[in-house]
Amino acid sequence: MTSAAADPLPRRRRWRISASGGTGLAVVGFWLLMTLLGPSIAPHNAGNMVASDILAPVSWQFPLGTDYLGRDMLSRILWGTRYTVGVALLATLLACLMGVTLGLFAAVQGGLVDAAISRVLDAFISVPSKIFALVMVAALGSSLPVLIGTVAVIYVPGCYRLTRSMAVNINAMDFVTVARARGERTAFIMREEVLPNMALPVLTDFGLRFVFVVLLLSGLSFLGVGIQPPDADWGSLVRENLEGLRDGAPAVIMPAAAIASLTIGMTLLIDNLPGRRRAAMEGH
Amino acid sequence: MNSIMARLIGARVAVCAVSLLIVSGLVFVATSLLPGDVTQEILGQSATPEAVAGLRRALNLDRPAPLRYLEWLGGLLTGNPGLSLVNRLPVADLIASRLPNSLLLAGMAAAFCVPFALALGITSAIWRGSAYDRLVNTATVTTVSVPEFLIATVAVLIFAVHLRWLPAMSYASKIESVGQLLRSFALPVLTLSCVVMAQMTRMTRAALLTVLDSPYIEMAVLKGARPARIVLLHALPNAVGPIANAIAFSLAYLVGGAIIVEIIFSYPGIARLMVDAVATRDMPLVQACAMIFSAAYLVLVLIADLAGILSNPRLRYR
Amino acid sequence: MDAIVRGDVVRVDGLCVAARDDDGNERLIVKDVDFAVERNTVLALIGESGSGKTTIAMALMGHARPGCRISGGRVQVAGTDVRALAPADLADFRGRRVTYIPQSAAAAFNPSRRIMAQVVEGASIHKLMSRADAAAKAVVLFRALALPDPETIGERFPHQVSGGQLQRLMAAMALLSDPELVILDEPTTALDVTTQIEVLRAFKKVVRERGTTAIYVSHDLAVVAQVADRIVVLRDGEIQEQGETEAMLRAPTHDYTRSLLKAADPTLRSLRAAGDREKPESPLLQVRDLVAGYGRIDAEGRPAAPVLSDISFSIRRGSVLGVVGESGCGKSTLARVVAGLLPAAQGGLKLDGETLPPSAGDRSRDQLRRIQIVFQMADTALNPARTVERILDRPLEFYHGMSGDKRRRRVRELLGMVRLPAEIADRYPGELSGGQKQRVNLARALAAEPELILCDEVTSSLDTVVGAAILELLDELRRELGVAYMFISHDLSTVRAICDEVMILYAGRKVEFGPRQTMSMRPLHPYTDLLISSVPELRTGWLEGVPPASGEGPAKPLPGASACAFFSRCGLRLEGVCDTAAPAPQRLSKGAEILCHRTERELIDGQASRAKSAQDAVTVT
Repeated sequence: MTSAAADPLPRRRRWRISASGGTGLAVVGFWLLMTLLGPSIAPHNAGNMVASDILAPVSWQFPLGTDYLGRDMLSRILWGTRYTVGVALLATLLACLMGVTLGLFAAVQGGLVDAAISRVLDAFISVPSKIFALVMVAALGSSLPVLIGTVAVIYVPGCYRLTRSMAVNINAMDFVTVARARGERTAFIMREEVLPNMALPVLTDFGLRFVFVVLLLSGLSFLGVGIQPPDADWGSLVRENLEGLRDGAPAVIMPAAAIASLTIGMTLLIDNLPGRRRAAMEGH
Repeated sequence: MNSIMARLIGARVAVCAVSLLIVSGLVFVATSLLPGDVTQEILGQSATPEAVAGLRRALNLDRPAPLRYLEWLGGLLTGNPGLSLVNRLPVADLIASRLPNSLLLAGMAAAFCVPFALALGITSAIWRGSAYDRLVNTATVTTVSVPEFLIATVAVLIFAVHLRWLPAMSYASKIESVGQLLRSFALPVLTLSCVVMAQMTRMTRAALLTVLDSPYIEMAVLKGARPARIVLLHALPNAVGPIANAIAFSLAYLVGGAIIVEIIFSYPGIARLMVDAVATRDMPLVQACAMIFSAAYLVLVLIADLAGILSNPRLRYR
Repeated sequence: MDAIVRGDVVRVDGLCVAARDDDGNERLIVKDVDFAVERNTVLALIGESGSGKTTIAMALMGHARPGCRISGGRVQVAGTDVRALAPADLADFRGRRVTYIPQSAAAAFNPSRRIMAQVVEGASIHKLMSRADAAAKAVVLFRALALPDPETIGERFPHQVSGGQLQRLMAAMALLSDPELVILDEPTTALDVTTQIEVLRAFKKVVRERGTTAIYVSHDLAVVAQVADRIVVLRDGEIQEQGETEAMLRAPTHDYTRSLLKAADPTLRSLRAAGDREKPESPLLQVRDLVAGYGRIDAEGRPAAPVLSDISFSIRRGSVLGVVGESGCGKSTLARVVAGLLPAAQGGLKLDGETLPPSAGDRSRDQLRRIQIVFQMADTALNPARTVERILDRPLEFYHGMSGDKRRRRVRELLGMVRLPAEIADRYPGELSGGQKQRVNLARALAAEPELILCDEVTSSLDTVVGAAILELLDELRRELGVAYMFISHDLSTVRAICDEVMILYAGRKVEFGPRQTMSMRPLHPYTDLLISSVPELRTGWLEGVPPASGEGPAKPLPGASACAFFSRCGLRLEGVCDTAAPAPQRLSKGAEILCHRTERELIDGQASRAKSAQDAVTVT
């Protein structure tokens, strides 16, 4: 009688995080925390004009300087975290939820359904993101729901494409064929067979998309068509203090640096997730 | 060129045309049918129902939507996309006065980007894993993650404010010399190129790495070929398609970048025209600008796809 | 000095190769290997996957795959210490003194360059001769390797040429620089059995003619017995045994060698005695006039890309039907049609007398339960994100509504049935070996308590020893549970070991069908004859006795064919008859059914005389 019991069962692999990955995690974690705690720990209210010196440089009293109206930049940035991070998170979640669901559905169903969904979403991709956002804002205004909705719609196709291409590859594998032959329905196959095998790439894509969304939203605010006063996200902060650029005032640099820290931190984090690390070691 | 390839190319071009049509529909729907009536904007406080209705008739806004769409489409194709709602000037003229500026900016940025990005991407792929590669990687990742206005503000800060090498404003009405031309365009072109170049470098590197990992490259190594020969004769011919794809795709980023750059540097291009039109809700102008940008984007993507098709030996030789 | 004195082209002492895994730890994958190769001889490196044979072959060129490095020992090839060479000298050395023929020629040719440019590249790199001279020499080699159109084949691109031809073109490339050593790395593994013969013959002839020293890497003992003078048996990076081919085949000294021989020998593998079952059982599955393919179905009910035509057979309860054919013959498509994954364009399926809807979506859950399918690649047949327990839970829950303790116990039972330890239930597929994965595959199929299991090449990607164990398991399960199998394979000898009846498919048609014993009785369908004679036997000198082929295949099925699909390769073809009308089925007195124009008498005579002339050829040489 033959037995395969003699084959050894190898131990499980553990995940270690690298230095750059840890930095990214720390930065992103910090800003997520600030989204919730920012307003409570900010030294001043966002709208209070507390200084006589406008566009002041860094000082002990005002660690990040003051803005063009004499308001504390540190407080302004902390209060603005809700808009930059919170709104972006919401929009990204919306985009990824829709994109992943549609992508899975299209891949597993195949045929006409797949073709139809792909054609429609391909049309959306054809409009450059900033242009589409500008057009929508021109038509509907710059309210928060419009911004979130527009940005979500812009990034659904990208998420859809990625999800679908991965799902199509997994769908072609024999274990999905086995499930089909068993008589399983589409929803089961999507949820149980395909999705668990794409979890990591989907997460990575979420992080990537978050970066795009932050850049787009802050870009729109910078152009004046994003978050409207009196609310301000970091992009608006750069916009309103632009005249300080001539003198190198921190009021202009700091909000932009904050955005950069958020996006770079997120990029570092996703580049160092397990699975990507082996690719990195081989120099990919 | 054989029939299979001709058919594929024809299909791609057709898809591009259809996409453009769908985009025009999207743009029209978004701008004309949704709430946000421009008449309210123009009349402001004095928006009585009669005034609004009268203005709507005057602006031809009271006709049924599909008809308006077709008229607008016809106008676009014949080069007459209507009149600006704000100043009643022909949209075509407004665009014509600004388009060459944007094309100049984009052209200079592209001419600057492509050689550098190719060099960086190819060399970092050849010497993958080295300190040089890691440096290039870090730089490109950072650049791509960072908002364009940060790059622009930092560039202005360093070059215009502190070093005073270059002017912060770019467009001079009288350019006296090539040197002055270069100096006044340097900052905008540099800023615009940054993100595009970073993207292009990454995609070029990835494309070449995929090729370098192929079994036939290992075979060439085992035949005793030197690295130079492997890259030039074996890898690059197979990477041409993906690299051309990378270039075309990255150039599409110029569209988005141009908007920021034109604002920061007060450059009289078509992107700034569009942003102003959005602020004033000047719909015909917004529509026309959106179509131009989308068309440019779609054409670049089409070129990218065609490069992929034309460079595939399985399709070229049956 | 030893090497030059004794005429050894290769001398390896204490070779060690280390590999780095994902966590950065190194472990040895080749441990302390010593062997030598004399001039003008062929040495074979034999082993299953993971034995280190390719790693050792590459080490002879000073090459290690990414993540590996040569960590110890001395490698002397053609008088040079390979490990001591500087990179520039190494590049000089490779491709000139030592050349390499990889396993997959299709992947190793650059798709963007013409074949001739790549074949003569070695001459340009090492500045051996002018391009024109190199091209002329290449054409001479092409002719010697029996390639079609030797003058013009170099102008083509790799995708325009078949796999077997590409392999021979690789050989021409390797021999062009008159190397002192040629390394052949499983060059025929990826080819069909019938193509393999031609390629092997060509290799052997050219290597012998030129007196080249060669190292032949393979897992197939029978193939190696045809070409090698000495054999080195490897396992887990260590040498188990080495010696002269003849001696090793007749009297192996090491246990592992013995188990390899046992697994490879078809006669020893016969698990079923003839006449095992007397009582005729009722038919479980009946297939009538099946036509299936891909693409749109036209007005006459023929698909745009037909794969199967006019297939009719039945499988009795508890019996095993073997389906044999080469790549493209439609055997996997047949499994998919029976399972309902690909609806047939014409024809009908009946399970136990009741008609089966062509598409799985239209079948009842019970109908789906009674037919289960097991795939070839165990890696892709198990969901990598689920534990074994969860994988086996699902069919129990889905078909039988089991839950809780009852289900847990049943999972343990199933694992026991396939001879796996219960602890495996908590493991993920990625942690299992190939054989273990295939057993889990089987357990999943058994969980449904089916009446028919479709086995689609289930042992083809497993090592021979592991595959033999799976076959034994299948046989045991059949006896214990009374389940029927449709066993699909390209390997006729495997099929004969386990099946009651055998069906041979060629280009989507059933060319021969009959009880197992009739497959070794004359007359055979000409294709069956070709198949059987293409399977290498475990003795030296077999290759010389194989009659030469009359064409190359396999052929694609012809839509709406009005000719015999095997015409171009048939040694007994009748011009004017076989290419103008499709053959009709005829019953032979041995109890089998074939599709041929020739009468039984003509076939018997024709095949006997071909066998005799081949025998004469052997005795002459």
